[in-house]
Amino acid sequence: MIDVSVAYNRYKFLGHEFLTWLWHMIETDKDALLEPSLEMDDIYIGNRVVLENSSHNRDEVISIKGDGAGLEEGLLALQKGAKVTEMNLVAKAGENEWRFSLKGESLNLSTLKPPETGNVEGEEDVEGAVLEKIYLYEKAVNLTGHLYRQFIKRRLSPEWETQTVRNMTVWIGRAAER
Amino acid sequence: MRSFAVNNERGVIMGVLSSSVSITQYRVEGDIDTGFMDTVAAKLTANAIREIDNEPEEKSAGWTGFESPFKPDFTGSSFMFGTHLVFSLRIDKKSIPSKVVAKQLNMAVAKRLAESERETLHRNEKTEIKDEVIRRLLLKIPATPNMYDLIWNYEAKILWFFTGLKAANEELETLFNKTFKLSLIRMFPYTEALLACDLTEAEKDRLEKLSPTAFFKGAA
Repeated sequence: MIDVSVAYNRYKFLGHEFLTWLWHMIETDKDALLEPSLEMDDIYIGNRVVLENSSHNRDEVISIKGDGAGLEEGLLALQKGAKVTEMNLVAKAGENEWRFSLKGESLNLSTLKPPETGNVEGEEDVEGAVLEKIYLYEKAVNLTGHLYRQFIKRRLSPEWETQTVRNMTVWIGRAAER
Repeated sequence: MRSFAVNNERGVIMGVLSSSVSITQYRVEGDIDTGFMDTVAAKLTANAIREIDNEPEEKSAGWTGFESPFKPDFTGSSFMFGTHLVFSLRIDKKSIPSKVVAKQLNMAVAKRLAESERETLHRNEKTEIKDEVIRRLLLKIPATPNMYDLIWNYEAKILWFFTGLKAANEELETLFNKTFKLSLIRMFPYTEALLACDLTEAEKDRLEKLSPTAFFKGAA
């Protein structure tokens, strides 16, 4: 195992590739992402996508904000060689909704809003409230872990270049023709 | 017996019970061999936050109770919630505005010059005066406390820290290691792949040699 602080910087690109792949999967093969054990019905991109283009000695950051924001700009950035560095996601299970941002380089979950829980009004409510929150956070953490595992297995397989990257190249190219 | 203080002591509900949270994930390496609950309680108590109000110190970091952040108390398994350990890292910090230091230093230097009937002070003397000025100011200024909750699933060797702040995460890693003699490994793309994705030896070898992919070959 490489030294952790060295590995953090060296493998940032892997997190960016993960989020870029995730966007592609959400748009083209969402059903393959969610397995029954996750107990999630849907996943889609929320109100923020951040891309970065470090190719050709450029250091451009493209930030797209707002619900239903035109992601076409993001796709155009992908065409120019950018990758997704941060993404807001929404996962649903029936009426319940989890909203959170996922940062590629750290896999940190930020601004995680799980489904609403009851108010804590007294001492006797605290333990139940904490356990309920743990259960709800676990859903989002497990989901991201599962998605990353799917990605890394593909990323380390011989089919990464021959199938996945080829499909993503076609997707990015078609997006530009919209 | 737990005291209900999540709301009133913190001022607002935050951390684990807030409506929106940030989570940094860790893997815990190692085990606590004997008397788990008693050992954890004793280690938390030994490394609890130390008050620095009225002390000439700038910063203090230590553990505190999730429900009673201003009265650290780890007796009676108050940090156990089901099978999870829930407690908080508290970092107290005093910040003296630089302009206040400059003003006080100016006054102290002027006083020393007048007393010694000299026109200038040696650099070392000035440094000593500055240290004394800062020491006096630190004694007067109360520390600002910040609490960061954590949830430790001991069986699964997983820990969630409820902030993404770099300084707080670094403090956590240092204090956790010092307290429990256990290592925290931050989970990010490389460590998550290596430690949580059941990779085969061949996949681990490939991971070590990975280089970035160009997704769009026609990238300008």
